[in-house]
Amino acid sequence: MKAKFLVPLFLFFVLIGFLAYGLGLNPREVPSPLVGKPAPQFQLAKLDAPDTYFGLEDMRGKVWLLNVWASWCVSCRQEHPVLVELQRSGLVPVVGLNYKDTLDAAKGWLRDYGNPYVVNVVDMDGRVGIDYGVYGTPETFLIDQDGIIRYKHIGPLNRDAVRNVLLPKIAELTRAG
Amino acid sequence: MPVDRFLTRRLRGVAQAALFAVMLAFVSPAAFAAGEATPVAPDLELESRVQSLSHTLRCLVCQNQTIADSNAPLAIDLRNQVREQLAAGRTESEVREYMVARYGEFVLYRPRLSATTVFLWFGPALLLVGGLAWLFLRLRRRQDEPVEHLSAAEHSQALALLKGDQSSPEEPRS
Amino acid sequence: MIAELGHLALILALVLSLVQATVPLVGANRNRLALMAVGRPAAQGQLLFIVFAYVCLTWTFITSDFSVALAASNSHTATPLIYKITGVWGNHEGSLVLWAMSLSLWTVAVTIFSRNLPEPFMARVLGVLGWISAGFLSFTLVTSNPFHRLIPAVAEGRDLNPLLQDPGMIIHPPLLYMGYVGFAVAFAFAIAALLTGRMDAAWARWSRPWTTIAWVFLTAGIAVGSGWAYYELGWGGWWFWDPVENASFMPWLLGTALMHSLAVTEKRGAFRSWTILLAISTFSMSLLGTFLVRSGVITSVHAFATDPTRGLYILALLVLVIGVSLVLFAWRAPKLSGGGTFSLASRESSLLANNVLLAVATGAVMLGTLYPLFLDALNLGKISVGPPYFEATFVPLMTPVVILMMVGPFVRWKNDDINRIMRRLSVSLIVSIALGLGAAVLIGHVTWRTVLGLSLAAWVLIASIKLLMGRMADRQGASAGARMRGIPASWWGMWLAHLGIGIFIIGVTMVESIDQHVDMKMRPGQTAQLAGYTFTFRSVEGVQGPNFDAARATIDVARGERHMTTLTPEKRLYHAQQMPMTEVSIHVRPLRDVYVSLGDRLEDGSWLVSLYYKPFISWIWVGCILMGLGGIFAAADRRYRKLAERRVAAGALQQTT
Repeated sequence: MKAKFLVPLFLFFVLIGFLAYGLGLNPREVPSPLVGKPAPQFQLAKLDAPDTYFGLEDMRGKVWLLNVWASWCVSCRQEHPVLVELQRSGLVPVVGLNYKDTLDAAKGWLRDYGNPYVVNVVDMDGRVGIDYGVYGTPETFLIDQDGIIRYKHIGPLNRDAVRNVLLPKIAELTRAG
Repeated sequence: MPVDRFLTRRLRGVAQAALFAVMLAFVSPAAFAAGEATPVAPDLELESRVQSLSHTLRCLVCQNQTIADSNAPLAIDLRNQVREQLAAGRTESEVREYMVARYGEFVLYRPRLSATTVFLWFGPALLLVGGLAWLFLRLRRRQDEPVEHLSAAEHSQALALLKGDQSSPEEPRS
Repeated sequence: MIAELGHLALILALVLSLVQATVPLVGANRNRLALMAVGRPAAQGQLLFIVFAYVCLTWTFITSDFSVALAASNSHTATPLIYKITGVWGNHEGSLVLWAMSLSLWTVAVTIFSRNLPEPFMARVLGVLGWISAGFLSFTLVTSNPFHRLIPAVAEGRDLNPLLQDPGMIIHPPLLYMGYVGFAVAFAFAIAALLTGRMDAAWARWSRPWTTIAWVFLTAGIAVGSGWAYYELGWGGWWFWDPVENASFMPWLLGTALMHSLAVTEKRGAFRSWTILLAISTFSMSLLGTFLVRSGVITSVHAFATDPTRGLYILALLVLVIGVSLVLFAWRAPKLSGGGTFSLASRESSLLANNVLLAVATGAVMLGTLYPLFLDALNLGKISVGPPYFEATFVPLMTPVVILMMVGPFVRWKNDDINRIMRRLSVSLIVSIALGLGAAVLIGHVTWRTVLGLSLAAWVLIASIKLLMGRMADRQGASAGARMRGIPASWWGMWLAHLGIGIFIIGVTMVESIDQHVDMKMRPGQTAQLAGYTFTFRSVEGVQGPNFDAARATIDVARGERHMTTLTPEKRLYHAQQMPMTEVSIHVRPLRDVYVSLGDRLEDGSWLVSLYYKPFISWIWVGCILMGLGGIFAAADRRYRKLAERRVAAGALQQTT
C-alpha cells in the first residue's frame, strides 16, 4: 500500500472530524463583539413617562440587565415569567428596551403579563437596537458598574440560563465592585 | 429557535400589512395620476453605492441573505443606515467598520484578510499550485516511463479507433 | 390505513435492500451464480415497494389526510392538486423517500440496460447499490418516518411553503435527485472495479453512459433551480453561492471531471486510479451535500428543518460509505497502474490538466463553503463567506479550464506537436481577445471581468466553428449533410456541451456587466423609464387564487412609441401561512429580459415597483440546455448500444456452453 493512496482517506477523516464537531454548534448564534466593551450610550424616552429621558449614565455604579423586548415578539412572551421571577428575587435590576413597538401595545403587554422592569425605555425606530447589535428579540445584556457589557444572552432567558450563567456572573461582578 | 419565531412573527406583521394593502386596492382605486413616477431613491449614484455595499453585508436574522436581497425589517433598517451614512459622506470602509463594531465579522460576506482567514484567501492558490505541481510531476514521469506493450485487445481497439471505426471489437476477458 | 401500508412497504423495501446488499456479494465471492442472481429481483422488488410507499404518501396529501403529520404540515385542502403532489418532496421526510426512489430507479435501470455485464461484476455493483439504499431507507425509517401519525388529527393543514408552489419546483427536485443519486451508479461501478481488480477500457465504457446521464440530470436540475430563483425570489438573481447551491455544484464540477477522465480511461486505458478516485469523490460530494442540507451545520436559504440525530445518522452513513470506499481505494488502487504512455503535448495531458483544474475549483468552493464551520469548530470566531469570495476565487480558476477545454479537442491522442497546435490556435486566441475587447467597448463597460468573459466566450465560439470545420473537412467529397451525419453522436455531444459553456459565459458576463435596475414609487397613470423602455403603471386590482389573495398590477411596456407587452406582476398573500410572495412578470426576448416585480403599497397610495433590464440572461439557460443536450448525445452514441447488443449475444453464447 503506497502512502499517497492514503491521502484521500486522511483528508476525509479530517473533514468528518470538523463536521461531527459542527453538529454540536449553533450557526445561528452570533457572538457579540460588544462583550467586554463599554455599552453604547443612549438617551431614550421612558415608556410610562414619554417626557422624561433615561440613559446609560442613570445606571452607573450598578450591575444590571438590559432586556430587549417587544410585544410582537413571541419568544419574549416565553421568557417573561423568568424575568418576573428575577424581579421578585431582587437580585438584579432589569431595564427594558422596548424595541420597534407601539406605545399602546407595549403598555398593554405590561398590564396583562406584569412588569418586571425597573424602567422601560422606548426605541421606536430601532436605532439603539442597531448600536447594541440586536438582531433578534429577545436579547439580554449584562452590564457592570462601569458600564461595560459583560455578557450577552441571545434568545429567551430560561431558568437554567439564569441560575447557571447569569446569577454567578452577577455575583462575581457585585463582589468585584 | 427564537430567531425563527422572531422572523415568522415579523413576516406575519408584514403579511398583515400586505393583506391590508390588498383590501385597500379592492375598495379604493387610487386616483389616476399622469406623469413621471418618482424613484424610491432619487440619487441614483448614491443608490448604486448603497446597493453594491449592501450586497456584501449579511442579514443576521435571515437564513443566508445579503441585506440588499432581504426584506426583513432589520435588513431594511440596516440598508437605511448604509444609505444615511454614505449620504453623510462616510466611506464604504467606514460603514463596514460601523457594522462590524455592532455585529462582528459575521456581517461581512467578504471576510477580511486576517490571521484566521489567511488559508481561506490563499487556499485556492495553494491548491492550484499543489495541483499543477502534481500534474507536472506526473506528466514528466509518464513521459519517462518505458513504453508499455498494449494488450492484444487494446491494440485492436486502438487500430479500430485510428480507422475511425466506432464499433471497435470488445476484448474477450474473463 | 393507507399510511400504515406505505410504512410497511417501506420496511419491506429495506429488507429487500439488505438482501440485495448481501446475497449477491457473497455469491460473487464464492462464485455461485444462484446467489448472484438474487440481486436483480431484489432490486426490482425494492423499487416496487418504494413506489408503492411513495404513492401512499402522495395519497395522504391528495386526500388531505391530516392525521398524517407530514401532510398536515405541508399541505392544505385548498392547495392546487399539482402542489399537493409536489408537496410530498417539499420537506425533509418526503424528499428522502424521493431520494430512495431515485436510487432504486437507477438500480433497476442498471439491471435492465446493463444485462450484458459479467455476472460477478453485476452482483458487486448491485451489492454496493444495495448498501447505499439500505443506508438511506433505514435513515428514513429510523429518524424521519414520513408516515408518522398525528393523534389527534388536525382539522386543516399548514399548506406547502408558498415559495415552493411554483412550476419550477415541480421538476427541480426530481431532476436534481436523479443527478445526485445517479452518481451512485458510477460509484458502484468504481467499487466493483476495486473489488474485482477489473479496471480496463471495457469497464470505462460501461460506466460512461451512466455517468453522463447522471450529469445531464444534475445539469438540468441545477439549471431549473437557478431559473426558479430568478423568477420566484423577485429580485432577478440566479445564483447566490449559497451552501446548498454549492452542495449541488461541487458534484457537478467533479462529475464533469469524471466524465472526461472516463473518456481517457476508455480510449487509452490511462488515469485509472484517478478515475476511480473521481468516481468515489463525486458521489461523496452528493452525500456531503445531503449532510449539509439536512444536518443544520450550515445556515442556508434552503436548509430543511433539522435535528442533530439526523445529522449524526447521515454522518455515520458518510463514514461508512466514503470511509470504506477510500480504504478500499488505498488498498487496491496501487495495483491499477499502467495504461498507454503519452507525451506532454497530447490530448491525455490536456484532459488531465483540466481534471486537475476542475478538482482545484471544487476544492475552492468547498473551502469557502465549509470555512465558517472550520473556524467555528476551532473557536476562532464566526465569519461569513459569500458571493464576493467565490467570485474572486472561482473566476480565475475557471479561466484556464475554459481555454484548455477548447484546446483539448484539437490535440491528438498520445503525442502531438506543440508548435502545430500553436500554429492552429494562436490566431484564434488573439482574435478572441480582440473581439472580447471590442464587444466590451461596444457595450460601454470596459472592466477586466467583462473583457475576460467576452474574450473567453469568443474563444469558445471561434474554436467551436474551427473544430466543426476541421471535422467536416475530414471527408472531402460527400455532401455537407452526409458528412455531418457521419460524425459520431459522442463528438456532437462534446461539441454542443462546449458550445453551451460559451453561450453560458456570454449570458453571465452581459447580465453582470450591463443590467439595469430601478425601484420606483408608482401610481396608476404614471410612467417610468429604464434602458430605453417606458413603463406605464395602468392599474392594480384584487385577484383571488385558490389558496391566496393577490394584488395584480397592469404595467404597459413600450419602446418609443411601440407597445411591447403588458406585464402583470402580483403581490400574493397565501392564506394558510400568511406569507407574502412576489410573483414577478417577465417579458423574455432572445437578447434581453424585462423583469418587473410589485412591492408593497405605500401609505400615500402609490406602489413600490422594481424594474429590471436583464440583457442576455436567457443565454445562461440556453447554455445549460446545450450542455444537457450534449450529454444526451454523448450517452446516446451508437457504440454503447452496439456493445450492449453484442454482449447479449455473447451472454447467450456463454449460457449455452
